[in-house]
Amino acid sequence: MISLSIRQRQVMWAYIFLFVPMLFFIFIRIMPTLSAFNISLHDWNPLAEEQTFVGLANYQQLWEDLQDSNSVTRKAFVNTFQYVIVGMPLQLVIALGIALLLNEIKRFSTFFRAVYFLPFVTSTVAISWVWRWLYQPQYGFFNVVLSFFGLSQQPFLKHPDQALYSITAVVVWQGLGFAIIIFLAGLKQIPQIYYEAAIIDGATRLQKFRYVTIPLLNTTLVYLAVLQTISFLRMFDYVINMTTQGDGGPLGSTTTVTLRVYREAFSSFDMGYASALTVALFAIILVITIIQLRLFSTID
Amino acid sequence: MNALIQEEEVAQVAVQSDQRSPSQKRQNQLIKIISYILLILGGITMVVPFVWMISTSMKTAAEIYQSNFFPIMPTLENYQHVIFNTAFPRWYLNSFIVAVISTVSVVFFDTLIGFVFAKYDFPLKNIFFLLILSTLMIPTEMLLIPWFIMSVDPIIGPSWVDTYWGIAFPGVITAAGAFLMRQFMNGVPDELLDAGRIDGVSEFGLFWRIAVPLTFPAMAALAIFNFLGNWNAYIWPLIVTSDRAMMTLPVGLSFFSSENGADWHLIMTGATLSVLPLMIVFVLFQRQIIKGIALTGVKG
Repeated sequence: MISLSIRQRQVMWAYIFLFVPMLFFIFIRIMPTLSAFNISLHDWNPLAEEQTFVGLANYQQLWEDLQDSNSVTRKAFVNTFQYVIVGMPLQLVIALGIALLLNEIKRFSTFFRAVYFLPFVTSTVAISWVWRWLYQPQYGFFNVVLSFFGLSQQPFLKHPDQALYSITAVVVWQGLGFAIIIFLAGLKQIPQIYYEAAIIDGATRLQKFRYVTIPLLNTTLVYLAVLQTISFLRMFDYVINMTTQGDGGPLGSTTTVTLRVYREAFSSFDMGYASALTVALFAIILVITIIQLRLFSTID
Repeated sequence: MNALIQEEEVAQVAVQSDQRSPSQKRQNQLIKIISYILLILGGITMVVPFVWMISTSMKTAAEIYQSNFFPIMPTLENYQHVIFNTAFPRWYLNSFIVAVISTVSVVFFDTLIGFVFAKYDFPLKNIFFLLILSTLMIPTEMLLIPWFIMSVDPIIGPSWVDTYWGIAFPGVITAAGAFLMRQFMNGVPDELLDAGRIDGVSEFGLFWRIAVPLTFPAMAALAIFNFLGNWNAYIWPLIVTSDRAMMTLPVGLSFFSSENGADWHLIMTGATLSVLPLMIVFVLFQRQIIKGIALTGVKG
């Protein structure tokens, strides 16, 4: 029996405790990451006997597809950015508005918070199908309401010009609760004393909002903007469930990068190209995160 | 802490009552009323889709093509059909098993990792830390294909496709949860652990009997979000299951809905069944869940 010093014993235990977690991170996180890069350099078909190394051919193909205005890949990237550009600010503005309203009231504030949060705990798949039904032509809720008021029927998900916005609305609706809670936590962090000082200086409500709330909420805004941008960039569940046969239609108007990844890898079995797409997605997420963090932290 | 808040509130009230003219009071009153009206309108927007979902689920096939909001003769026949003639009960069971396995594992290992990084010093600590941190930057989409290839043909043993382990393995430990728990473990006093060591408590005992009880609220929050996240998880279970009997609830619902095309009454019944358990859990624990989100900023 070897006797260990107290320090040695603690080091030993630290390694024992970390043994399983490190195995997990190495084999289930880090190696698959490297593997994704590796697969993207192959013509990888899981049904084939052997996978041939093709160098950067998949990336070259991706680059060509991005130039080609008819390619689905290009549509997927354009749409994905559109989801971010429309959805993220919309979600932040509405959520901040509701959070400020909730801050004004005392009675029922817990109740309202719960109501706004409710959609967030439900599954995106169920929500997608519920809204798909709401959007149905003629018998869907929205069209029933429209015709009740004598307004013309809208195709919503069935028209290439409306489908993307219709889906964005659902994502915004479902994610509101989360953003509201984070904003409320951020608002609570702002020391009351700043508002008191502003009141003494004769600031109006709007001025208090502009010169106290917004600057002091900066960290929360950055946090949420980054988080929501990333989740819009990864859009998949809604699109596959809200479009006919999950094809990102009509006419590819709603398809996203992740949906392309899924189709290329698991319908066309072109895993090399699909992996190149995921690497591109990874690069975009990385760049956008860095830009947003830089941008917001210099505003102040 | 409470005393402090009370003091702040008293000060706030003092400022308000001292400095506000009657016209300002009236203005505040008006703002409060407008806030309530807007919040109620917003609240209705949050709830209507669910009401429409439940209402449709209680209609007959013929009635969904009439534009009445509520069913004339509410029926539970759709529920009977979905529960007894489809694989829904099995999907419930699968989702439950997977969510429980991963939640128990995540809470145990993430807390342990947090404990080790907060309370131990050992060689290579920074390397391990960076290694785990780096996995946070990788979007899951990038790992789907490598995980799938790995599941089809694991290094040891038979295929993981259509098994509970196959569905659960990517999420049995999470880096974000580990960092969250590390934050809370930092708050556990070293003196307490040293006192335990003097009393001859084993290192695991220190974790289990001293650190765990002290960080229990954070663990509970982690457990809730992890359960939610797993219960609603979609893309990976979709990829790794092909056998209908092994699908989880979201995958099953999506499959069932695509199969039932225009039978919106059945689709809405399925949607209701899949969101109902979480809604009940949420209504029961909403204070804790919302507090947990505000505390941790974790996205489900």
